[in-house]
Amino acid sequence: MDLTDAKRIVVIGGGQAAAQAIQSLRMGGYTGELTLVGEEPALPYQRPPLSKAYMKGEFAEERLYFKPAAWYADNNVELVLSTRAIAINRTHRKVELEHGGHLDYDALIIATGSRPRGLPIDGADLEHVYALRGLADVERIRPQMVAGRSILIVGAGYIGLEAAAVAQQMGLKTTVLEMAPRVLARVTSPVMSEFYETEHRRQGVDIRTETSLSKLEGKGGAVTAAQLSDGTKLGADIVLVGIGILPNEELAKDAGIACNNGILVDRDARTSDPRIFAAGDCASRPLVHFGRAGRLESVHNAIEQGKLAAAAILGKPRPNEDCPWFWSDQYDLKLQIAGLSAGYDQIVVRGSPEDRKFAAFYLKNGTLIAVDAINSPPEFLASKKLIMSGAKLSADILADTSISMKEIATNTVAA
Amino acid sequence: MAKITYIDSEGTERVVEAQNGETVMEAAIKNSIPGIDADCGGACACATCHVYVDQAFMDKVGEQEEMEKSMLDFAENVQENSRLSCQITVSEDLDGLKVTTPESQH
Repeated sequence: MDLTDAKRIVVIGGGQAAAQAIQSLRMGGYTGELTLVGEEPALPYQRPPLSKAYMKGEFAEERLYFKPAAWYADNNVELVLSTRAIAINRTHRKVELEHGGHLDYDALIIATGSRPRGLPIDGADLEHVYALRGLADVERIRPQMVAGRSILIVGAGYIGLEAAAVAQQMGLKTTVLEMAPRVLARVTSPVMSEFYETEHRRQGVDIRTETSLSKLEGKGGAVTAAQLSDGTKLGADIVLVGIGILPNEELAKDAGIACNNGILVDRDARTSDPRIFAAGDCASRPLVHFGRAGRLESVHNAIEQGKLAAAAILGKPRPNEDCPWFWSDQYDLKLQIAGLSAGYDQIVVRGSPEDRKFAAFYLKNGTLIAVDAINSPPEFLASKKLIMSGAKLSADILADTSISMKEIATNTVAA
Repeated sequence: MAKITYIDSEGTERVVEAQNGETVMEAAIKNSIPGIDADCGGACACATCHVYVDQAFMDKVGEQEEMEKSMLDFAENVQENSRLSCQITVSEDLDGLKVTTPESQH
C-alpha cells in the first residue's frame, strides 16, 4: 500500500524503536502530523544503561534521553506522555487513549516494547522485590542499593548478570539464582557461560545454578528471605527478577493483527494491516540472513526496524538489514555479539579466556553465523562482515591469533 | 561550556554549544548533527561516531584507550586524527574544537 500521502502518523511507544522512527520520518522529509504516545512520563530514553552505569548513579537522567525536549518542539512532534494507548480501531483508523480521546492515523507504528516476565511464586508482591525495565524501576531500586545489604538476583541472563556486577561493585552481598545448569544458558554457549560464572565468582558473587526460588518471605510487607528449591533459606533485603521479557503485542492482537510471540511483520516492518507497522522488541521479523523469523531484543533491532518502518511509509528504498548485534558490559568486560548462534555445529575459540580477551566463533556447515567477543573489537567487527558474506571459513585460521582479523576478513570476503 | 564546530564531509559547518561533562558525540546527537549515528548511545560498542579531530586539538582531546583504538581499526577511511566522539569528554579546554565527520559511519 502506498502511504506517501499520509498526513497523520502515530507512533505508540517511547523507546529506541519509537524514537528512531520519529527521527527517520522527519529526516526523511515527512512534514505531516506526527504524534508519539508513551506510557512513561519521561522523554524517550535509552534503556541499556539502566542495568549498567545509570544504575550505579554515574550520570543524570537527561543523558539517557535520545533528544532534548526542544527537539520535539522544533521538529513539530507532539508528545503524549504518561498515556497508555488502549485500543486500535482499524476500521476508523483511530488509536483510543486511556484518559479518553483518540488519535486519528493514516499510518501507525506500534513500538510498545516488552515487559518483564513475572515471578509466579508466593511473596512476589512484597516490597523491595523488583523487575528492571524502566526508569521508574531504577528510581525504586537505587535507594535500596546500599553497601552491606544482600541482594538476590533471580535469573542469570544478561540483565541479571549486569545487575549482579553493579551490585557487587557497590558493595552488596550478591547472589544469583539460575534454574538452568549454567548462566546465560538461553543465549550463549557453555564456553561463555563458564567464563562468566568464573568471573562473577572471582568477583565475589554467589552464583547458584540448577536452583530456583520456591517462595519469598517478608516482614512488615517487605522481603526478608528467600526459600530455594534445594531447601536452603537465604536472607535477602532486595530481590531483583530478570527472567526474561514478553512482547507487548496485546494492542495489536486485540485489533486482529497477526501475532505469534510478537507482532508479525514483513521485511519492511509492516504488519498484516498495510497501514500498521511494528518495530523493536514487540515485533517478530524475518531474519533474512538466518532463514527464519523471530524477535530480537536489542538496540540494533529497534533502530533498524524504526528505520525500515519510516522508509516504507515514505516510499523510500528499504534500508540495509544489517547483521544483528548486541553488547553487554560487566565489570571491565565488554562483550560484543554479532549474529545469532542458535543452530551452530562448531565452536572455535580464538585467544584465551584466562586473558579476559578472547572470542568464541559459531559456525554452521563451515559458515560463520555468530561471535561472542570479550574485550575483542576486531573479532566482533570483522565477524559482522564475515557473517553477512556467508563465506566458508576454516576453524584453524579463525583460531590462529598470528593472523589478524583484518587479514582474515579481507582474504575471506574477497575470495 | 565549549563551542564545537562539526564539519560534514561536504564542508558544511555547524556550531554547537556543548556542556562540560557530556561527550562530543552527545552534543552532536542532541543538536541533530548529521553524519554521526552513535547507535550504541556511547558504550564504545558500535564504532558509528567516528570523527576526524582538528590537528590543533589532538593533544587536548585525551589519549585513546585500547578498546577505542581497536574499534577504530575497523572503521572506514581511518586517519591518524580519527577518534570515536563518544570517548571525548567536553571541557573548557575544548572550546573552539573542530571535528569533521566521515562520509559514512558504516
